[in-house]
Amino acid sequence: MAENNDSKDGMTRRKFIQNTGLVVGGALGGGLLGGLIGNQTGQSPETAENSAENNNGAESPSEARMFFKRQDDFNVLSAASEVIFPEDESGPGAVQLGVPYYIDKQLAGGYGRNAKEYMKGPFFEGEPTQGYQAALTRDNIFLQGIRRIQQISSSEFNTPFQDLEEENQIAILEEFESGNISMKGITSTQFFELLRSATLEGVYADPIYGGNRGMEGWKMKDYPGAQMTYTSIMEDEEFSEMDPVSLRDHHS
Amino acid sequence: MTTELERVEAVVIGVGWAGGIIAAELTKEGIQVVGLERGQEKSLDDFTMQKDELKYAIRYELMQDLSKETLTFRNNSEQRALPMRQHGSFLLGTDVGGAGVHWNGQCPRFLPYDFEIRSQTVERYGEDKIPEDMRIQDWGLSYDEMEPYYDKFEKMAGVSGEDNELTAPRENPYPTPPMMETPLITKFKDTARNMGFHPYHLPSANLSEQYTNPDGQTINACQYCSFCERFGCDYAAKSDPLITVIPTAKETGNFELRPNSNVRRIDYDGERATGVYYIDTLTQEEFFQPADVVILTAYTMNNTRLLLHSEIGEPYDPETEEGVIGRNYCYQVGLAATGFFEEEKFNIFAGAGALGAAFDDYNGDNFDHENLDFLHGGMILFMQSGLRPIANNPVPPGTKTWGREFKQQSTKFFTQHYTLIMEGASLPSRNNYLDLDPTYTDEFGDPLLRMTYNFTDQDHSLGNHQMEIMEEFLYEMGADYVETLYDFGDYTIVPYQATHNTGGVIIGDDPEISAVNSYLQMWDCENLFVVGGSAFPHNSGYSGVTPTIGALAYRASEGIKLYLENEGGELVKAGPEKKMKS
Repeated sequence: MAENNDSKDGMTRRKFIQNTGLVVGGALGGGLLGGLIGNQTGQSPETAENSAENNNGAESPSEARMFFKRQDDFNVLSAASEVIFPEDESGPGAVQLGVPYYIDKQLAGGYGRNAKEYMKGPFFEGEPTQGYQAALTRDNIFLQGIRRIQQISSSEFNTPFQDLEEENQIAILEEFESGNISMKGITSTQFFELLRSATLEGVYADPIYGGNRGMEGWKMKDYPGAQMTYTSIMEDEEFSEMDPVSLRDHHS
Repeated sequence: MTTELERVEAVVIGVGWAGGIIAAELTKEGIQVVGLERGQEKSLDDFTMQKDELKYAIRYELMQDLSKETLTFRNNSEQRALPMRQHGSFLLGTDVGGAGVHWNGQCPRFLPYDFEIRSQTVERYGEDKIPEDMRIQDWGLSYDEMEPYYDKFEKMAGVSGEDNELTAPRENPYPTPPMMETPLITKFKDTARNMGFHPYHLPSANLSEQYTNPDGQTINACQYCSFCERFGCDYAAKSDPLITVIPTAKETGNFELRPNSNVRRIDYDGERATGVYYIDTLTQEEFFQPADVVILTAYTMNNTRLLLHSEIGEPYDPETEEGVIGRNYCYQVGLAATGFFEEEKFNIFAGAGALGAAFDDYNGDNFDHENLDFLHGGMILFMQSGLRPIANNPVPPGTKTWGREFKQQSTKFFTQHYTLIMEGASLPSRNNYLDLDPTYTDEFGDPLLRMTYNFTDQDHSLGNHQMEIMEEFLYEMGADYVETLYDFGDYTIVPYQATHNTGGVIIGDDPEISAVNSYLQMWDCENLFVVGGSAFPHNSGYSGVTPTIGALAYRASEGIKLYLENEGGELVKAGPEKKMKS
């Protein structure tokens, strides 16, 4: 496994600074304030802002946590998913699309417990060509990974991850992606890939799962959703702009 | 406690395409057939308005529950095989209809060269052309013998397609005309012609028009909704066993379908199969079903595994090369190249499973291999199956896979990229095989199947040769950037490649190197017929294996009828001269 055990966080402070080119002390002040706001409202700043804007957000009874018990875990997840799929001029990012709630719901079900996967031992590390071989289920991977992100953020920046500047959040996630952070039972690369794929699922899965709010994920990609037929446009030379439809439009 | 049931004439294990075809053909002749299927019953209602990428394409709703049963895998005999814990490289089906429900509908025939690959290769290039570890062999059945069975399968499924000078020759036209020609297909065909190739519309089981087959079953016209592969069709417009052969069998009154019936073992007295043991998966009760003829029509993997576990036939030993069960496991050398277009925007989300076009100029022995370091080849194709957004996030080479740049590029290029595919032949190596795993077990404690498999030098040479053509093709088409994959390395079970697993119980005319004769009857057990991709001595260079499995199932049906009429006996004598016993 690609691990670096030079320090208890699996990454030396010096290396971290080399990788990010940042000045650690400078990140302190604003972070603390942000952390307090997050704690007081019970939501990260991003989520709070979004709920106010979006009537489908906080007022929806499904927008509560099913899996994550600690608010702070959910805040880190929200911030990390937003870094992976950020809001920009083309449209909303992961948080506004409901991705953290999507991931929360998925982890509470069969996906979180690897229900339809072979999880019997004995467990051996294996070759990369042999695929996933750890005993950990996804719910545990997420909890461990999210808390590891927060530990790294605290030890390197003395600031909660959700309150870091984006460039520092990116720097931390890059370390996870590269496999430089030690984790128990899996590599940080495996955790990061899981976080990345779950985020993209939340962006683009049908809105019935809690993400892709308002089908905004699909709109950014010009994907028309669960159309019943494309027969009428198949032979068209021109690109077809279509309003997307979701399963909600079909099921009663 | 095992409950012994009343004897039946024929029992079919696994009710997908092969089992469904055989059930239909036998019951039409008045033969009583019981179909045992480990999965659930399925109907059209299960698929209506189920256009849900996450549930079906990402979470594998229609696939085998791996918590109950999987297989183990290693690249070579030196490694420790470990369980395939999650779906990836190929997707094992389950439930009534099997993998025939969630296929894309690709309907190619194999080439005449395939059926006589060894003798034709030796004749044209000499014996030395065949690498030391390669074990290509003739099928014991020529293309001319296969042609009527292909025809029968295509008429049953209503296949849509068009003739081409480089594909296998046909006695009759396709039952239905080819599917629509879209601008993306025109683009492919024009580029191919400019480069001197011979493009054709992919033959498809997504039908271009409504069609009623010779059994009286109607298949509807495809609505181009883009939810084929990994999904069931809610329009009854993609031929599958649920709307064709299974109702045909049921309508005779001679077919009893038992879902939730998982066969653990075939009972074998040293000469004949006496019946099968199965578990009712709802109650966990065990039954013994005696039968005159047992027909094993599970997927490639379970055909091999059930024989090994039932101790029927001699297991293949890669050291001595003795034994046949598990021999010649093959797969597919599948590669993709993607072109990125800065200015053009495509309706790439709109399509149908087997909508597309291909050329066979570098497939089979359609081109001279004299100065090449590989045999066979593979079709190069464009599939307009309809892209879905979770699975498709294409970015030009060198782009980060998350963050701001990724979002901008992947949302842009979703509709501005074009992917070519090469489905390369997979030729057998003595080192690639299937046997039973010594460590890992299924839900009943029975050993899992163990796959030992890696790509060979042949595969790499073939892949690189085709990749060069695809790269040139995409630039010719006007791509601004092209993403390629050369020197693809070891086989990995992680990313999806193709559900075209073949071999393990192969067909042939020599019992030393084959398990079943040309009627799919086992050399070592005359009342046991083993039908499926497991019978292929190698896999051809095409995007589908179903018509060949279907053709073999029609051939086997004839054999089983003869066997029952003759009241026993081997249908084919071993050796190159095949003679039917009268």
